This record gives sequence, structure tokens and C-alpha cells, in this order.
Amino acid sequence: MGKTKTILDNSKVFFAEVGDISYFTARFFREVFKPPFEFKELLRQCFNMGNRSLLLVVVTGFILGLVFTLQSRPTLMEFGAESWMPSMVGISIVREIGPVIIALICAGRIGSGIGAELGSMRVTEQIDAMEVSGTNPFKYLVVTRIVATTLMLPLLIIIGDTVALLGSALIENLKGEVSYLLYFNQVFDAITYADIIPATIKSFFFGFAIGLVGCYKGYYCSKGTVGVGEASNAAVVYTSMLLFIIDFIAVFITDIFF
Amino acid sequence: MESENKIVPVLELKDLRKSFGENTVLNGFNLKLYKGENLVVMGKSGSGKSVMIKCLVGLIEADSGSIRIKDHDITKLGQKELDILRTEIGFLFQGSALYDSMTVRENLEFPLRRHKKKLELKGHTETLVIEALTNVGLADAIDLMPAELSGGMQRRVALARALILKPKIILYDEPTTGLDPITSKEIIQLMRTIQDTYNTSSLIITHDVDCARVISNRMILLVDGINYAEGTYQELIASQDPKVQAFFKN
Ligand SMILES: Nc1ncnc2c1ncn2[C@@H]1O[C@H](COP(=O)(O)OP(=O)(O)O)[C@@H](O)[C@H]1O
Ligand SMILES: [Mg+2]
Repeated sequence: MGKTKTILDNSKVFFAEVGDISYFTARFFREVFKPPFEFKELLRQCFNMGNRSLLLVVVTGFILGLVFTLQSRPTLMEFGAESWMPSMVGISIVREIGPVIIALICAGRIGSGIGAELGSMRVTEQIDAMEVSGTNPFKYLVVTRIVATTLMLPLLIIIGDTVALLGSALIENLKGEVSYLLYFNQVFDAITYADIIPATIKSFFFGFAIGLVGCYKGYYCSKGTVGVGEASNAAVVYTSMLLFIIDFIAVFITDIFF
Repeated sequence: MESENKIVPVLELKDLRKSFGENTVLNGFNLKLYKGENLVVMGKSGSGKSVMIKCLVGLIEADSGSIRIKDHDITKLGQKELDILRTEIGFLFQGSALYDSMTVRENLEFPLRRHKKKLELKGHTETLVIEALTNVGLADAIDLMPAELSGGMQRRVALARALILKPKIILYDEPTTGLDPITSKEIIQLMRTIQDTYNTSSLIITHDVDCARVISNRMILLVDGINYAEGTYQELIASQDPKVQAFFKN
């Protein structure tokens, strides 16, 4: 009996949260198109996010390309299909692995950062201070961050994909003696718009999810330093989950149209 | 003169009520702030002082009651009018609440961003910032980050930020909490200087008896969500009521 109640309570909390975050999303769309626009702050956020995650994305992407190619080589060789390597790696990285891995990295880097930053601003009353000085904190802090992640994620994912392909080409060059030119020729032969467009659209949604959840958790952070840690942590956990859900839906829709 | 000022309060709370779920914080709180006075509201930690002062500027929505500032009922104002009214009120937050990603200069410029049109001269912003910082004795900290300042200096910068639009009403939420006794004295002295220079009306929230003694013209004790007792410091300290006496012990 006790157990049933806990599950019931938990699901109540869950649905209340879904309601809150829907309201938060609606408020974002209401305010994003309404002047005054905070362009300067938006640019600053874009720059900060790019600056803080670029190295991480490059390193992860490179290793991803290396490892993926190294691991697939033996299997492909067994079937005498090494020549398929560039197209296989190219398609899987551009369509699926690149966006998901890099979005997860950014959820950890950017999402948790936003959760912690807004959380500590809430706890130390900086958000209240903004509001009494006549600046709409939702616009200044939340809208700019969500727009920034939505714009920056596709960019970071393109960079990550490119570096991953470079890593893969390096292995092929060393082990299979395939020239870089040949490698990339094959990659670009294999990849079509039907791979690139859905992946890019998906990355915008990934970016939106990272910004939205980070901001939501930070903006409604509970009092105390514990609250800030929780906001930052919850931002990563919920975003990661949401990323997979978005990915699933995206793949499902892509499957119908392409 | 004194009695003439007392006719219309610049700020008035009537029967203010606010609960968070089951937790009733304010249960019919009343307050009148008259022009030029320093009114101190004392209450234990967690008694709802911050909630009360945040209701005043519309940061928290009260459940019921009326809040009047200079002939405006703030519960009935739209966002624009509320923002305009807020420029006439300075607010010093409990923990200074400086924006920690901005320099001291940017912190002080922040309240001016919505009032750019009024400050047509380009140099005007700079002048206002320097003037406000000079008033709190920190002109040379202008390009530092808040994290590089001591607690007392942060409080001064926060005060400068609250004063930058030359408000006629200033609300202080525990201006001396978290500061050592000497720095507290300096801040209190600064508050008195500001009051003398700008002839402001101040509402000061505190649980620091020394602060209350030095700065108050009149005091209200907030107990159990209501204005339990009112009077000057001398009157209250002489009171026989145990709940009132509890404030002045130790
Ligand atoms: N946003 C909020 N949500 C729920 N409870 C709150 C909120 N803000 C304050 N409270 C509660 O109101 C009471 C008074 O808080 P506060 O006004 O901050 O006390 P203080 O007098 O120390 O400033 C506390 O019990 C606190 O838990
Ligand atoms: Mg307080």
C-alpha cells in the first residue's frame, strides 16, 4: 500500500513538472519575439558557449572517429568490405553518432553550467535584483541562453562531425593506406541531403532542449547551496533523457519522409 | 512640519497576507512609511521580513491586502507602470546580490539600461556611476569584479547600485547581516549620510538591535505575521511585554 502511494506521488510530481516546463516553454515563445531584444547578451552567450565547449567537442569528436574506425576495421575486413569504410563511418557519424554524442557532451558542459549559473543567481537574489531594476530577467537570462544553445549546437555538431571524419581518415590513411582525398571523396559520395538535413534539424532541437532544461532548473532553483547543485545535476540528467527521446522521434519522422 | 509630513505616508501596507502552502508567513501585516523617516522592521530570522519587503516591490505576489506606494496601488499596476515606479525605489538585497559575471561598473550601469533615453548625453552614465561610487567611498573599485571585493565593499557597491537612480524611497533588507561589527558600523554610518544628503525615506529590515538603535526614528516588531508592536526604540525597550523584551535581551 505504502509503495503504491509513493509511485502515485512520484507520478503526480512528474506531471506537475511536465506542466511547469510546458508553461516555461510557452513563456519562452511568448517573449522571444517581443522587443526589446537583448542582442548583446545573446552574442556574449553564444561566444561563451562556443568558447567553453569547442576544445571538448574537438577532442571527443576526434577520438570518436579514431575508435569507431579502429573497431569496425576487423569486421569489415572479414567480409572484404574495407572499401565501404568511408561511407559507413560517414553516414553513421553524420546521421546519428555525431549529433547524439556531441549533444550529450554539451548537456554536461553547457546545460549543467546554465543550471548552476541561473541557480546561484536565483539563490543570491540576483534575479530579483534584475527585476526590480526594470529588466525582465526571463528575457535577459533565459531567452538569450535558450536561443544561444539552439544556434550553437548545430555549429558544434558540424565541427564535431568534421573532426570525427578527420580522425577516421587518419586511421584509414595509416592502416589501410587510403589517401585523404580518396577517403573524403567517398564520404561525400555516400552522404546525401537526406542525411544532412534531418540531422541538422535534429541538432537545433537538441540545442533547444539543452538550453530549456538548464534554464528551467536554474530559474526555479530552490533556496540554499544544495539547490544549486541539484539544479545543475538535474539539468544534465533530464536533458540527457530528453535528448534520446528527441532522437527517437526524429529518427521515426525521418524514416517516414526520407 | 513633522505632523504635516505625517498626513500621507509615501508607502503603506494594509492587512497584507501571504502563505506558502500550509506555511502562513504574513497574517495581516500593516505598515506606514512617512516621508523622511527611518522605519525599522525587526523580526526573528524566518519571520517573513524578506517576504514582506518583496511583496512591496511586486517580487512576490501577496495573497491579499493593499500595497500603496506614492498613490499607486502596486497590485493593480501593469508591468510598464510597475517598472517606472520601481525606478523611484532603491532596494538593497540581503546578500548584496551583485551580478557576479559583471564588473562593478557594469553592475551600476545595469539599472540605467532601461533609462538610456533620459540620459541622452553619452558621458552622463559615466558621471552617474562615478558619483554613486564616490558616495560610498569606492571610486577606485570601478573595474573590479564583485568576487575581488570584501563583503563590506560588496555591500557598499550594492548600495551604490540601489542609489544610482536617486530614489526617494530606499528599502534595506538586513543591510548589516554577514558583516563584522566594524564594517556594520561603517555601513550604518553610510546609510545615515545618504539619508541626510538625499532626504530619502527608508524602510530598514534587520534583526540587529544595534543597527535599529542607531538608525531608527520608529520601529515595528514583526511577530507571528503581524505588526506586533510599534514605537520608538526607547518606548519598545521599556515595554513589559515578554515577546517584545525577547528582542532586546542578550
Ligand atoms: N519562495 C518561497 N517559497 C516558499 N516559502 C518561502 C519562500 N520565500 C520564503 N518562504 C518562507 O517564508 C518564511 C519567511 O521567510 P523570509 O521572509 O525569508 O524570512 P526573514 O524574516 O528571515 O527574511 C520562511 O519560513 C520561508 O521558508
Ligand atoms: Mg530575510
